[in-house]
Amino acid sequence: MWQSLVRAIYLILTRDAALMEIVALSLRVTGTALLCSTILGIPLGVFLGLKRFIGRRMVIALMYTGMGFPPVVVGLFVYMLLSRSGPLGRLGWPIIPSLFTPAAMVVAQTIIAFPMVAGFTMAAVMSVDPGLRQQVQALGATPWQTALTILLEARIGVITSIIAGFGSIISEVGAVMMVGGNIEHSTRVLTTAIVLETSKGDFSLAMALGLILLGLAFVTNLSMLRLQGRALDR
Amino acid sequence: MSEFIYLLRNVTKVYDGRCVLRVDYLGIRQGEIFAVVGPSGAGKSTLLRLLNFLEPPTTGHIRFLDAEFNPVQPMPLELRRRVTTVFQRPVLLDRSVWANVTYGLWLRGQRDSDALVQAVLDQVGLAALAHQRARTLSGGEAQRVALARAMVLQPDVLLLDEPTANLDPYNVGLIEDIVRALNRDHGVTVVLVTHNVFQARRLAHRAALLLGGELIEVAEAEVFFQSPRDPRTKAFVRGEMVY
Repeated sequence: MWQSLVRAIYLILTRDAALMEIVALSLRVTGTALLCSTILGIPLGVFLGLKRFIGRRMVIALMYTGMGFPPVVVGLFVYMLLSRSGPLGRLGWPIIPSLFTPAAMVVAQTIIAFPMVAGFTMAAVMSVDPGLRQQVQALGATPWQTALTILLEARIGVITSIIAGFGSIISEVGAVMMVGGNIEHSTRVLTTAIVLETSKGDFSLAMALGLILLGLAFVTNLSMLRLQGRALDR
Repeated sequence: MSEFIYLLRNVTKVYDGRCVLRVDYLGIRQGEIFAVVGPSGAGKSTLLRLLNFLEPPTTGHIRFLDAEFNPVQPMPLELRRRVTTVFQRPVLLDRSVWANVTYGLWLRGQRDSDALVQAVLDQVGLAALAHQRARTLSGGEAQRVALARAMVLQPDVLLLDEPTANLDPYNVGLIEDIVRALNRDHGVTVVLVTHNVFQARRLAHRAALLLGGELIEVAEAEVFFQSPRDPRTKAFVRGEMVY
């Protein structure tokens, strides 16, 4: 085990090409999914936090369900949608990603992260003093300016929601395995590579990948704690 | 042009089937300090929200300058921005005092107003705290930031919703002086809502009593406080319980 650990550290320090390729793809897929989740989740979170409408509770219940959705079920859902006989796959449109591509993994990870970004954003927006809305309107804000001001006031909670979304997908394995297929040089990411290398008995590479994943998770949590600490220190 | 900056006719406001405000007729003159007194729950804050166009009346019309505000006709943004409110509880942004004071200017796209902001901060005695975080201020300082935030907008109408409730006498005096100066030197119309009869008496040119959502009496300050016509006004002015 020690030998494997030393070798793992060596692979990291020498920036092993295979290792770096997997890390780069992981960050690219997760980064793109996070961007999509943020673009979809923040406006939805702000809308649900500020607006009262018929069916709002149902939408929130669905969003909370999405937050607790098992990734492997999301993988199954996306697999069925995108497979050649699925409702989207059979359309053959170039905009619809094919199975076993990084784009399909992005779709799955977006579905996993977006309810989390939306849910935490909604909670952050709702925690802003309700009197602020009336105050900014009294100062002449338009509805858009009001929403933007409240979003800025909730900024720490919103950033936390994005970090939480990142944390939920960078370490996810079930969905990306199902829709990505863990194809070398194409869809192999940190988590799927760890599974494969462990089953092959190449503990050095698996451990190096695991250390990088742990490092990313640690940096994510540290950022969250720093932001929350800044809010708590006030 | 009418002597009234506001003219309210047959205005009602209903929440959840309950009528909380009914004003058959009320004119507020340009350049006056108009005090609305009454106990808690009388509809004073509701009246201010209507005057700031934050929500429409359920029925009736509010004429402001030459524009009409009613249940189906919103007030145009440029006119809405000529009115602002200082609320009883100042809700400040989680930023510096300076950022709070310039916020309304930022909404209007006015970026080069440093001299004006500095002058207003001097006037409210907060120049030394300009770069301090607003949420670290005392209640009196926070209310002065809220007042400064309204003043930099140079509004035609300043609505004050119990602006000195819970403040110490020093801050009460300071805020009253600023309000008087705004009205006297800049011709700002002030509508002051308060349950503090003494404050209304110190500041107002005219006053009104609101009870149970209905206007009981509107009169010149001297008449209102010294020889009111309605017995309920008389009782309220004397500090007797009328509700």
